Amino acid sequence: MDKREYQWAWLMVLPVVLIVAFSAIMPLMTVVNYSVQDIFGPDSRFFVGTEWFKEVLRDPALHGALVRQIIFSAAVLFIQIPLGIGLALCMPKKGIGVSFALVLLALPLLVPWNVVGTIWQVFARPDVGLAGVTLNSLGLDYNYTGDSLDAWFTVLVMDVWHWTSLVILLCYAGLQAIPDAFYQAARIDGASRWAVFRYIELPKLKGVLLIAILLRFIFSFRIYAEPFVLTGGGPGNATTFLSQSLTTMAVGQFDLGPAAAFSLVYFLIILLFSYVFYLTILNMDREG
Amino acid sequence: MNGDAGFNLAWMAWTQPVAIFFAAIVVMLVVFGVLQFVIPTYERRGFLPVPTTRGDRLFMSLLGSAFIHLIWLAFSDASLLIASAISVAYAAVMMRWG
Repeated sequence: MDKREYQWAWLMVLPVVLIVAFSAIMPLMTVVNYSVQDIFGPDSRFFVGTEWFKEVLRDPALHGALVRQIIFSAAVLFIQIPLGIGLALCMPKKGIGVSFALVLLALPLLVPWNVVGTIWQVFARPDVGLAGVTLNSLGLDYNYTGDSLDAWFTVLVMDVWHWTSLVILLCYAGLQAIPDAFYQAARIDGASRWAVFRYIELPKLKGVLLIAILLRFIFSFRIYAEPFVLTGGGPGNATTFLSQSLTTMAVGQFDLGPAAAFSLVYFLIILLFSYVFYLTILNMDREG
Repeated sequence: MNGDAGFNLAWMAWTQPVAIFFAAIVVMLVVFGVLQFVIPTYERRGFLPVPTTRGDRLFMSLLGSAFIHLIWLAFSDASLLIASAISVAYAAVMMRWG
């Protein structure tokens, strides 16, 4: 295609740009407007400049929520990405087992997020829940409603249960797309299983891993419904993440200005991390 | 800014500084869009660890400038114009040598 013709092809994305403008950019502009005003009602608003940003950025409670959020997302990626790759490698390549495994893996992804929280709230209860009672009968002093560490453990296990399937399915699709010739060549060379993984499968998975890491990071960084239903952010503030703090501010206290400023900071953090991940993996892909 | 009954933008609670900010972003995008037709960009490697196009460097400049302002607001009570000046310098370095 001629270079100039290629440039005109960008006009083809205009309909999408218009849809995004109405569904995302205009609401974002509204949030920016709210973030610099003290709003009591549509006709009762006062310009306060960067006051809300200062308040939000210097709030120790929000610093705590941000630190917990970063630790949670890091733990999620650290567990789910290797686990997803490992389980995808163990999945059957052909036969009836493929359909069975795919349906089984898709099930947690089909469950609504607040229902996931409810399932785990019942499942992990130390008095009547299957997991809670089992752990306590093994001699472990487990109580996710009273112990911060137990609450963290439960939220993490719940997230692993809910979302690892996504990583597995993406990796499985990536593995299925590798031509058999690569494996034949490896067999001729007498490559070990590890060498096949390290030099054939892992490089070929980079594209899907980029998507998996990005999606898992973004989803985990804005997690709300599951921990809200499971622990309500407790005990204390132990499992209060950024989105729950934001909701409390915006809906609970109706502090629209600070909530808007907080939303923008939150959005910029997600944008920064996602862009850094994107550039890193893209660069790894180029260097082969 | 309120518009008529058919296209009322009052719900967006517009303020002049925010309108100027978004207008500046739109002007920037238009200028860079037109520039792409006049002098098409190409990927090159500067001091950044990845090859970048002009658009990449603009995005990094804007995102970095946003964080410079946020960090300034978090730690300093001095005028925000100083953060803006640092951002302009940062953006210039990024666009030229990034």
